[in-house]
Amino acid sequence: MGLSNVVGDLSLEMEVDAFRRLFPLRFYERHLSESIRPDGRTLKSARDTSVALGAVASADGSALTKIGSTTMLAAAKMEVMTPSADAPDEGSIDCCFVAVEYYMPSICSPLVRPGRPAEIAPVISKQLYDTILSSGMIDLKELSLISGKAAWMVYLDIYCLDADGALFDAALLSAVAAFSHLRFPVVSLNDEGRLVMVPEEGNGDKSGKEVVNKEKRKLSLSSPPFSLTCALHKNYILADPTSEEEAVMETFVTVVLNSSGHLVSLYKPGGPVLTQTSVIQDCIALTRQRMKEVQEILDESISGMEID
Amino acid sequence: MEIDRIDGRSPNQLRPLACSRGILNRAHGSASWSQGFPRDTKVLAAVYGPKAGTKKNENPERACIEVIWKPKTGQSGKQEKEYEMILKRTLQSICILTINPNTTTSIIIQVVQDDGSLLPCAINAACAALVDAGIPLKHLAVSICCCLASSGYVILDPTKQEEEGMKAFAYLVFPNSIKLILPEGSSHAQGERMEDGIVTSVTHGAMSVEDYFHCLDRGRAATAKLSDFLRRNLQPQVLADGSKAG
Repeated sequence: MGLSNVVGDLSLEMEVDAFRRLFPLRFYERHLSESIRPDGRTLKSARDTSVALGAVASADGSALTKIGSTTMLAAAKMEVMTPSADAPDEGSIDCCFVAVEYYMPSICSPLVRPGRPAEIAPVISKQLYDTILSSGMIDLKELSLISGKAAWMVYLDIYCLDADGALFDAALLSAVAAFSHLRFPVVSLNDEGRLVMVPEEGNGDKSGKEVVNKEKRKLSLSSPPFSLTCALHKNYILADPTSEEEAVMETFVTVVLNSSGHLVSLYKPGGPVLTQTSVIQDCIALTRQRMKEVQEILDESISGMEID
Repeated sequence: MEIDRIDGRSPNQLRPLACSRGILNRAHGSASWSQGFPRDTKVLAAVYGPKAGTKKNENPERACIEVIWKPKTGQSGKQEKEYEMILKRTLQSICILTINPNTTTSIIIQVVQDDGSLLPCAINAACAALVDAGIPLKHLAVSICCCLASSGYVILDPTKQEEEGMKAFAYLVFPNSIKLILPEGSSHAQGERMEDGIVTSVTHGAMSVEDYFHCLDRGRAATAKLSDFLRRNLQPQVLADGSKAG
């Protein structure tokens, strides 16, 4: 009682910024009791989100996404490889056809020291890879070029440029956006029977070589996944936490739904708040809502690309 | 629509459990936990600590938990890093971190054999090892793997072979029943609420939301058996330790 009184009195005299740094938890709890967050959002609204496709000219598909100030740059590159014997019709996203790598260079956050990789980076890579594969977004058969002989291998690299909370959400959105921007490079058979890339400019004279994939240049994405991270604190649910909020609160639930409404992942790694079934239902409902918003933003940027 | 399991278990039936504690001499606490017989998933957990000081970027006002996951063969990769992170966050939530501030407790997990449900097995082993080391805990945690077949059927504690054929699976961690730590009858209302809670949930593969809640119910029902086993296993040694001290 003594302490809370002292803190209460101090909050009247102290400057807001000082109070925020000295008693971050009290600072947030005061806001939460008024159903507002320090950045002016309501508890259940996410930050402004933007998607810019084609941010990397040398990649076959790329996207720069921002959720608030969390910024992710994703770029996908394609390579021709030989598919594994047990799945000759499928392309690969790793062991056979997609490789996902998530990087957190020291530019993104004061918590990441140069030379020492961030602990969370390989965990997010693994989660992204699992989510992309199990959402069924990419039909691996589409990555096949010549059955049993050649298939596409997709290398997806995601760089975190600014880490301000909800890293997985931003990384997944940038991955989906990069895949929707992906165009297959043109390949043809050379004299030794190998597939080689045909340079784009040289489309006029192909020196008699036949282009293998003339009609199929785009990946059709069925039911892409979208995610929302919620921070739980006491009875409050905060959607899309910033890094400051992530430092204060300790329990997070990440829900991934694909656009056909299936639950792709429900990830809650520990945390002091035990979640009841009703809380999980609330989080799923929030993710549904968020999925609609994000899908609109993504569709808008895709149609913007096509007009260009 | 019954599913026939290769080893003849019913869908809700767990494999036989075995747990022994205090098997490593130099460790402050250790346990081995295995599920299944004669082919089993077996994990060895050792606890060292609390040692003085915390790592960088950790809060020195609280105890720090460090998890090191050693795979059966080869070097640890992304999968092991993910397991380490899940295990660390799960154990952080059951330990009372304010008792030993500015200390680090290391938990080392060695996989001895993997025949499915590896992560739940490791969580159960780590929990038993923490008790063996006498690290202060809020409550115990019990973990289980629920598998969802494409027909929508749920089976518990799958073997590796069963895991491979499945559409989706969920690793769930529930708090142990509160009966263990509170005298009977006290704060019953609160106790019931706590048992409804989920400490950790990790899922793989797409499933419908209803199926997930179905898994949750089935998993929760089965944890009673697991926590009974854990309690029975921990009790005799606790009593023996007490008589030694007296």
